[in-house]
This record gives sequence, C-alpha cells and structure tokens, in this order.
Amino acid sequence: MQIVILKTDFLFFLLLAGIFLYSLFVFKDKQLLDVWRQVFRKPLAIASGMVLFFYLAICLLDSIHFKHLANNEKSQEITSVLDSLFEPISKQVETTYSAPFAYSSFVKETILNDDGSVAREFPRLKFGGSHLIDPESDYWPDIWISLIYILCMGFVFWLVLLFIYYFFSYRSRPKSVISFVNVVLVSSGSFKVFWVTLLGFCLLFSFLFVFAGHYHILGTDKVGNDVLYQSFKSIRTGVLIGTLTTLLALPFALIFGVTAGYFGGWIDDVIQFLYTTLSSIPGVLLIAAAALMLEIYMSKHSDIYMSVVARADLRLLALCMIIGITSWTTLCRYVRAETLKLREMDFVAAATALGATKLRVIFRHVTPNLMHLVMITLVLDFSGLVLAEAALSYIDIGVDPSMESWGNMINSARLELAREPVVWWSLGSAFFFMLFLVLAANIFADSTRDAFDPKTND
Amino acid sequence: MFNYLLKRIFYAIPILISVNVFTFFLFFVVNTPDDMARLHLGNKHVTQEAIDNWKFERGYNKPLLWASELDGVKKISETIFFENSLKLFLFKFGQSDSGRDISFDISKRMWPSLAIALPVLIVGICLTLTIALFVAFFRATYIDSTGVLICVFMMSVSGLFYIIGGQYLIGKMLKLVPISGYSEGLSAVKFLILPVAIGVISGLGNGTRWYRTIFLEEVNKDYVRTARSKGFKESQIMLSHVLRNALIPIMTGVVVVLPSLFLGSLITESFFGIPGLGSYTIEAIRAQDFAIVRSMVFLGSLLYILGLILTDISYTLVDPRVRLN
Repeated sequence: MQIVILKTDFLFFLLLAGIFLYSLFVFKDKQLLDVWRQVFRKPLAIASGMVLFFYLAICLLDSIHFKHLANNEKSQEITSVLDSLFEPISKQVETTYSAPFAYSSFVKETILNDDGSVAREFPRLKFGGSHLIDPESDYWPDIWISLIYILCMGFVFWLVLLFIYYFFSYRSRPKSVISFVNVVLVSSGSFKVFWVTLLGFCLLFSFLFVFAGHYHILGTDKVGNDVLYQSFKSIRTGVLIGTLTTLLALPFALIFGVTAGYFGGWIDDVIQFLYTTLSSIPGVLLIAAAALMLEIYMSKHSDIYMSVVARADLRLLALCMIIGITSWTTLCRYVRAETLKLREMDFVAAATALGATKLRVIFRHVTPNLMHLVMITLVLDFSGLVLAEAALSYIDIGVDPSMESWGNMINSARLELAREPVVWWSLGSAFFFMLFLVLAANIFADSTRDAFDPKTND
Repeated sequence: MFNYLLKRIFYAIPILISVNVFTFFLFFVVNTPDDMARLHLGNKHVTQEAIDNWKFERGYNKPLLWASELDGVKKISETIFFENSLKLFLFKFGQSDSGRDISFDISKRMWPSLAIALPVLIVGICLTLTIALFVAFFRATYIDSTGVLICVFMMSVSGLFYIIGGQYLIGKMLKLVPISGYSEGLSAVKFLILPVAIGVISGLGNGTRWYRTIFLEEVNKDYVRTARSKGFKESQIMLSHVLRNALIPIMTGVVVVLPSLFLGSLITESFFGIPGLGSYTIEAIRAQDFAIVRSMVFLGSLLYILGLILTDISYTLVDPRVRLN
C-alpha cells in the first residue's frame, strides 16, 4: 500500500493547515476571539457549523488516497479511506435500479428456473438484504430490530461522549451530575444545541453503520452503483470546489488588490482596467470558453495521465482555477478599497516613520488586517460555488463525468422522473445532501458576516 | 450629460478591445486551430490533410496576426485575428463551425430568450418588492425571522431542482401545461408560463433577502424618523418614503441586467426546450463550436458594458442628488 497525494489533496491539506494556523492566531488575539465567540453564540450557527464540520471530515477521509501494490505492480487504481470504509458497496455490486432498502431489483428480469421454465420476476439483489433467508417474512422484523438496535446504540454512544466530556472538563465541571444534565438538556443556549446536534449525529452514524452493512440505504442507480456511496463521494467534489476556488483566487486578489491600493497611480489604473475587463465577460461564458480550451488541452495530452482518478483530479483543479479566475475580481475590489483605507491609517504612518520598508509595511501591517475579508469571502462564496458546480456539470463543463458529484448525479438522473414507476432516489439524495451542505453554509456565513460586520446587524 | 455619455462610451472601447484580444488569445493561441480540428475530427487517427481541409472550410488556415507573404492591407486583413476577432465589432459574427450563419441565428433566437427573461424580471421584481416590503414592515418580529429563514432555505436549493420539481409537479402530475417546447406567436404563452413561474420562484429567496436589507438600511435613516415624528402612519412611511428611496439601489441591480436579458438563461431554456440564445450557447458548448462561444462571449460583455452605462444614466434620472461628471 502506498499513499498517493493528488494535487487537490495537497491543496485541501494546505487549506486545513491554514485554517488550523488561523485558529491558533485567533486564540492568541483576544479581540478576534470575541468576534468568533459572537459567531457561535447563535444556536443555529452552532448546528450549521457542526454540519459543515461533518462534511469537511468526510472530505478529509476521502482525500487520503492510496494505491494497492500487493497484487499487481502495474495497478493504477487509487482508492481513498472513504472507499475502504464503504466496502463492499463502493464497488458496483448490483446490475440495475433498486429502491432504497429493497431486497429485490426494481426491474423485472427473465429468470431461468432450475426445472427449465422461464419466469418474469424481480430478482434478489446480490448485496441488499442478502442476509435474509426468506425475505417475505423476515424483512420487516429485521428492519424493526435494526431500528431499535440503532436507537440504543446511538444513545449509548452519545452518553459515552457526554461522560467523557463530564470527566475531562475539570475547570468548569458542575457540582453534581444532575446539575450537569440540567446544563446539557434543560438550559437554553448554544451548549444545549451542541449536544442535541451531536445526538443527531450519533443516531445518524449508527443508522449508517447498521443498515449500510445489509442494505442499499438510498437504493442503486441505473448501472447498479450504490447511491449512498455516490452521495458521500460527491461531498469531496462539492467541498473542494467550494473552498479551493477561493483559495486559488486568493493570491491574485491579494497581490493585485494590495498593490493597486497601496501604490496607486498608473499601477492602480492598470489593475483596475484588468479586473474591469475580466468582470465584464459574463461568468458562465468565460467558464465555458476556458473549459472548452481545457478539453482540447486534455485531449492533446491524453497520454500523460494514466489513471482515471488523477485525470479527473486534474480536471477538478482546472475547474477550480477557471472559476477562481472569474471570481477573484470581486475580492480584489474589496481588498483594494480596504488597502486604500489602511494606507492612510496612523499605524502605517508610524511604521513608515520608524523606517519600515514598503514591503515590510505591506506584509506586516496591511495584509494581516485584510484577513477578515478573506475569511468572509471564503465562507460567503462557498454555498454559491457548490450550487454552481451542479449547474456547470449539467452543461457538461463541470467536473469530469467519471467523478462523483451532485451535478453529475442530477445530470444522469434527470430523466428518471419520467420513468414509470418513478425512480426518485438518485435525485432525492443529491437534493438533500446538497441542501444540508448549502443551508448550513448559508446560515454559518450569515452568522460570520453579522459578527464581523456590525453594520448589517439588525 | 452628453459629454459624460461620450466619455463613458470612449472608456468602454478599450475594455471591449481587451476582451476581444483576451478571447482571441484563449481560442487561438492557447490551443492552435490544429488542436481544434483534431478534437472535432476525432483524436488519434487524423491525417494532416483532413485537418487542413477542416481549417480551410472555416477560414482557420490563415496566419494568426500577420500575413507576411501578402502585401498591402492584406497583411493585416487576411489573418485570423482580423477575420474572426476584429469583425465582431461590426457584428459580423461569421459562420459557426458547423457552417451556419451566427448573426442570423442570434437575430432569430434572441426573441424567445427575451420572452422568458423579461416576464421573469418584471414579475420577479414586483413580487420580491411586495414580499420584502411586507417582511420589512414586520421587522424584528416572528414574521420577519421566519421570512428570512424561508428565504435562506429557498436560496439553498439548487436552481436545477426548481426546474426538475416544477416540471414533474405541474407538467407531469397535474398536466396543466406542456413540459417543454415552444411555438411562435401567441400560442407560445402556454409554453412560457411554467419557465417564467419557475424563474420567478427560484430567484425569490435571494431577491427578498437583498431587498429587505436595503429597506432596513433606509428605515434607520433620519428622514424616516422625521416622517414618523410628523405623525405619518408606518404603512405610509414604508410605501411613500422608504420604497421610493430604496428604489435607487434596487435599480442599480436591475438596469445592469436589462441588456443581458437578450442572452437568456442557459439552464432554463435548455430544460424547457426553448430555442433562445441560452440553449443556443449550451448546444454550442456541447458541440464544441468555438465560433459561437466566441461570439457569445463578445456579445455578453458588450451587453454588460451597455448595462453599466445605462445604470449611470438612470441614476441621474431618478436621483437628483447624483451629478455625472
């Protein structure tokens, strides 16, 4: 087994490291810490922050890739930790549609019986409900027993976490267990929301843990791929597009914005002209044009990228870069305006008077004060970018078709509603997985913006 | 006023030129016409002859910037840059890669686009303004916070699902209108109702929230307090004072998109099978027709810049405090 770091993996790790460093920085700065406390004071912000954390964690699991070397040296198959967790349903196990929690296929097939007679019936699935001996009678008892089991397991898991917290919170440990329970369950406020949301996650995890081992929880798609697995794999695509785009646009926006704002004069004019030009091209069309060019480039160099995963990864990176190029102008404008303001501040004048060079002023005094703009942009743009991915994949200029993404799921499933009977689970899963991510991001972004920008507080 | 207009148009020209140069660079320098030909003709086993033939048919066999072997003006005019990029300024879009006349297609297809985009804009603004005014009137109550929450929820649903859901519910389950298609004249109405309704609904969340913020900003201003102290009713203040003043920032967002309405909406049109410019662009992207995409990029930025100029003009018309100079 050999660990493989794809390009987007590297950038994602870089982003996580950046967030980690930033949080260290926040904990040292009392004023900044207060602002972030204010973000998390709203109950909804806590819940949405936890949902975002869940998605980020899944994305991290899916970003640790490795290659199996044991059986075949030439094998180029790259899998991630998430794939291993989802075995065996990460492989294509069924042959066609099957409904959620089904034990037999959704489509009738001609089956040759042992005695030579031919029948049209719904064949049993290879994986879903394969542990049932007599499905007709065993099915419902199995579901009910599993549900009770899940409830117990989720609660026990939650209580264990609660007790771990209780025993390790030395400083603020309430006097008795009863007052502790009081704090967790009865009191209103963010602490309660945290634990209630955590209970939800515990139940969800045990649900997945118990049922994913025996059933296709969200059914299978046209060629028999598990929809739950696809939806989970899509998380990485969505999260990466939402974050890496801003990350890649960041250097452009910062360098150009700060230079334009700080130096002014003809440099300012040139940079302003540059971003006016870029922003006057309609975003979708620019993305389409660039994506077409990428297509040509990829087909010209089709021999370089051996594995499907690496190829799709490169395409994802290019897509992020393309969207980044179209979107850095907005941030650049903010950065320029803010730099113009900062340039006239007393502390900059003081630094200059003490003999700091221009570069030092820019790096030590101006740029750190722009970081909140970057943070807000990163959070605010996230949800829009996730939604944009789905739309772009529909126009065929999004991520690689071989890559799991909500856009590709919608694209391949959009005709399924016209089927008779209706196949709804692929679309439904993409809908809910996307909705939770984007809703959480929107709520979190609102809270962040309100805390950082007191003007919009109402 | 006239001087200002001239200045703005003068300022727009270099931007258009650089957009033009940028697209030229993107389409012809990053990838050569040879690569395009190879992509179109299928990748591996293409003879040079077939490539040359493909390029000749589309006029891509000329030199990029400078035809050194010809003399006189032809040194410049017989190049790809002149033929395919500079002629865009004269609205001569030339032929698409599949041989159709782009100018004719555009002039035909912009009307269906407009037939959807304009009603969506007008109905959308009226509806959003009403709801936002209502929510802002009940600010800091449960109606307000519920309204904002619903807005955030509506914003979080991908536009694709509004279309898919609407088509399924109205078109397939209730069979009220045809799912997709288009026809000329008045009978087009039955095809247009659903896309317009969906377009309005999918923009509702975002719009309402934005307008609400603008209203709330106005509500806290001094003149509103003065009006209140004079004894005006709150509803009167909202309708005559706040709404009128809030219309100025709202207008900025509206006027700037006005010219771009001709371009239509990419996804709505292609889902509903409406032969507008949006679906035209999507078809071009899917068929990898570079000539059409290039023309649309140019047209799009032209209309956008036009929108910016219109915004500035409308400012002076609506707000006497603004002087253009």
